[in-house]
Amino acid sequence: MKAAVIVFPGSNCDRDLKVALAQSMGRDPIMVWHGDTTLPDVDLIAVPGGFSYGDYLRSGAMAAHSPIMKEVIRFAQRGGAVLGICNGFQVLTEAGLLPGVLMRNKNLRFVCRDVFLRVDHNDTVFSGAYETGQVIRVPVAHHDGNYFIDSKGHEQLEDERRIAFRYCDETGAINERANPNGSLSNIAGVLDPTRRILGMMPHPERLSDPALGGNDGRAMFDSLISALG
Amino acid sequence: MLKALVHITLKPGVLDPQGKAIENALTHFGFQGVGDVRQGKYIELDLQDGDRATAESAVQEMCERLLANTVIENYRVEIVEKT
Repeated sequence: MKAAVIVFPGSNCDRDLKVALAQSMGRDPIMVWHGDTTLPDVDLIAVPGGFSYGDYLRSGAMAAHSPIMKEVIRFAQRGGAVLGICNGFQVLTEAGLLPGVLMRNKNLRFVCRDVFLRVDHNDTVFSGAYETGQVIRVPVAHHDGNYFIDSKGHEQLEDERRIAFRYCDETGAINERANPNGSLSNIAGVLDPTRRILGMMPHPERLSDPALGGNDGRAMFDSLISALG
Repeated sequence: MLKALVHITLKPGVLDPQGKAIENALTHFGFQGVGDVRQGKYIELDLQDGDRATAESAVQEMCERLLANTVIENYRVEIVEKT
């Protein structure tokens, strides 16, 4: 599998994503600057967390119009796999690659802590190494992670099994206490109709190494290697 | 020379916890009778184009594509003479 990580001005989780990908891939992904107009030949594009363009106007709004994003959209339309984490998820919704929007956290606070996620579907290139229903521990660190979509869009996501992860408690129960940001239906990550584009607010790349205090994120990168070669 | 005044507001029904926080603060500071508060954005743009209709149409497109997120926001564009 060959992978690229897009770097915007203000991205700050690109290095962590590179390290996590390299650990599973056995070699470094290619780092691609947002101002480039061509993509290398890869199987996966990863859009990292951070504060692209300082979150000015709206998180991810201006990054979504970066020169490289035209190519990322074409790549996705050709069936390429795209992973957006945190600010990356925001960029993908602003670019129209994923539905819905990430709004200011309901409690107005920047939330920075470990959460539990329920893996709702393991039949995607991102989640094949997890079990359906598995509870994993991953950190979040965001101010604008409150996922919202209209009721018709929500129904479609449910019908098409495109809610990839939900915030849950340690037992896997979906409830308000387990929801760090007020997201509709505890939605933490969503898929596009092809199930090859995933956006998620939590950071699997931050708990992919026992030395960092947890390893639940590793399986996502291992899943990608298995699925994409 | 023309100027565009753009108001971007949350669609009705979209949760606005920032507006709520402002409402609570106003009440807490002793202002009576304050009801629902909703917070929006206001953007001013100086425009080179001299034609009012073209300007309005251009700024509408800016709103659709960048200035507003039409999933949760409405926008209103007003073109005025820059003084």
